[in-house]
Amino acid sequence: MLSKEAIQKIDYELTKYPGNQRQAAVMSALRIVQTERGWLSNESITEVAQYLGMPEIAAMEVATFYNMYDLAPVGKYKISVCTNISCMLRDSDQIVNHLKTKLGVGFNEVTADGKYSLKEGECMGACGGAPLMIVNNHTMHEFLTPEKVDEILDDLQ
Amino acid sequence: MATKTAKSSTTVMTDLKGQTLVCLRTLTEKNPASLASYIKLGGYSALKRLVTEKIKATDVITEVKTSGLRGRGGAGFPTGLKWSFMPRYFDGVKYLVCNTDEGEPGTFKDRDIIRYNPHQLIEGMAIAAYTLGARVGYNYIHGEIWQDYENFEAALHEAKAAGYLGEHLFGTNFSFDLYAVHGYGAYICGEETALIESIEGKKGQPRFKPPFPASYGVFGKPTNVNNTESYASIPWIMQHGGQAFADLGVANSGGTKLFSVSGHVTNPGNYEVKMGTPFTELLAMAGGVWHGRQLKAVIPGGPSTAVLPASVIESATMDYDGLSKARSSLGAGSMIVMDDTTCMVKALHRLSYFFYEESCGQCTPCREGTGWVYRIIDRIVKGQGKMEDLDLLTDVSRNISGRTICALGEAAATPVISFIKHFRAEFEYYIEHGKSMVDSKAEPK
Repeated sequence: MLSKEAIQKIDYELTKYPGNQRQAAVMSALRIVQTERGWLSNESITEVAQYLGMPEIAAMEVATFYNMYDLAPVGKYKISVCTNISCMLRDSDQIVNHLKTKLGVGFNEVTADGKYSLKEGECMGACGGAPLMIVNNHTMHEFLTPEKVDEILDDLQ
Repeated sequence: MATKTAKSSTTVMTDLKGQTLVCLRTLTEKNPASLASYIKLGGYSALKRLVTEKIKATDVITEVKTSGLRGRGGAGFPTGLKWSFMPRYFDGVKYLVCNTDEGEPGTFKDRDIIRYNPHQLIEGMAIAAYTLGARVGYNYIHGEIWQDYENFEAALHEAKAAGYLGEHLFGTNFSFDLYAVHGYGAYICGEETALIESIEGKKGQPRFKPPFPASYGVFGKPTNVNNTESYASIPWIMQHGGQAFADLGVANSGGTKLFSVSGHVTNPGNYEVKMGTPFTELLAMAGGVWHGRQLKAVIPGGPSTAVLPASVIESATMDYDGLSKARSSLGAGSMIVMDDTTCMVKALHRLSYFFYEESCGQCTPCREGTGWVYRIIDRIVKGQGKMEDLDLLTDVSRNISGRTICALGEAAATPVISFIKHFRAEFEYYIEHGKSMVDSKAEPK
């Protein structure tokens, strides 16, 4: 069942759309539920669809289309590193290798203690700050160096 | 000047020397994003004048046409003309949409507008709403810049509380509600009809055009879609006049342009300069090529625009005609700079993966073609390329281009064709030797 808090947040999003267009809030509703539960199970997606009165398959289509939704469990901290051209030109490879070595996982893997997962992200629209990464979809860190990555990871302890 | 922003702790603004600030004009202020800073610079005065003096919509559109403003999202379509496509008489709600879904590699200008000067965008959209008779607006923001999304939503509440959004503005019959909505990781939603689908809560697959959004947009209603920078230019135009804006630029390219400079420069970031600024001046503003290295190539407007070798870009001016003469285009003004250590094969390898990953899968030539292109370049990078692959790459790309519903097809084809055209020798070397020409020249690390 969706939590009271999640419903409150989804209801706020619904105020942005005409009353007969509840499906429009599905992007934010999925985001709200994922933030609360860590990832989106089929049950979570179904609950969102039911709350918005839309077909479950339509909610599933959205969840699978946009790459910031996680359809399998991720670590407590999901780290998405951009490797696209502007980041690549400023040595995102070094950042990726540092993270892989330090965490002992590859892309799309979770550390044994369930604390971290690593993901290769596509362009995040902040290339002036390359190389960069996002923690749990919502916190961006720019101008990365291996030392700075260490500091960020220490803060996540 | 190095102003640190309040909420994104790491980003540093660029040096304002040499810049001409229109969309980012509040950067001269201590708290650029605040309502007070914007009002101090005459913010919301144009909206108030138009609404309270009941200036005719056709007069506003004429002013926008005079300004020479062209769509800043990349297509360069004249904004005033686009506005004239909206039906004037329509029985029902008309919508206004702002496209802040920049996800094309190297593009990050709209992000600075919403975090440093959000109220100018809000005023620009309100003026457009007044002109086009739109009752409701949405600003669709790239999901990855989450902190900026939250800050923009806060600015919306601030504007509403101050009486610049909502019902019966300035005591008139004009009402306009504006909301922030977000993407969640799909480049394709930068395409206006995919974006509309996404606002409606669907997967972002572009629609057939026609019908265009002006007749069938959000929830099937007439909708005007513009880029963030386009809307943000409007208050300045209405405050100072269309001619003054046109005069900032050159023929066919009115006004200023935000250039997102990334890659191998000393000071990456956004630079707002007059249209027609020579490339060399813009590069110098960004501190030149980093580490004192030589310039090798530049993608002037984002990967969907053709890459240009140093010798060509160095004599170009940064405006629509200037870059078209150089056989590329202005695009969104996303200038990706590459120095002489860059392997062009590997650069194209990464770009082709991006377009493969981001193809929405709706049209066969793009869905299959982008994957095919990526696999060919991938085998070249792994040392298994064949010489005939180069013509095959060009051929596959030409067969994607123009055969898809939206422009992602062209966007995916352009880098392949232009990289091979300008740097063919480098591709041939890679195929012949199984390794990069550049890596073998580079000094050991």
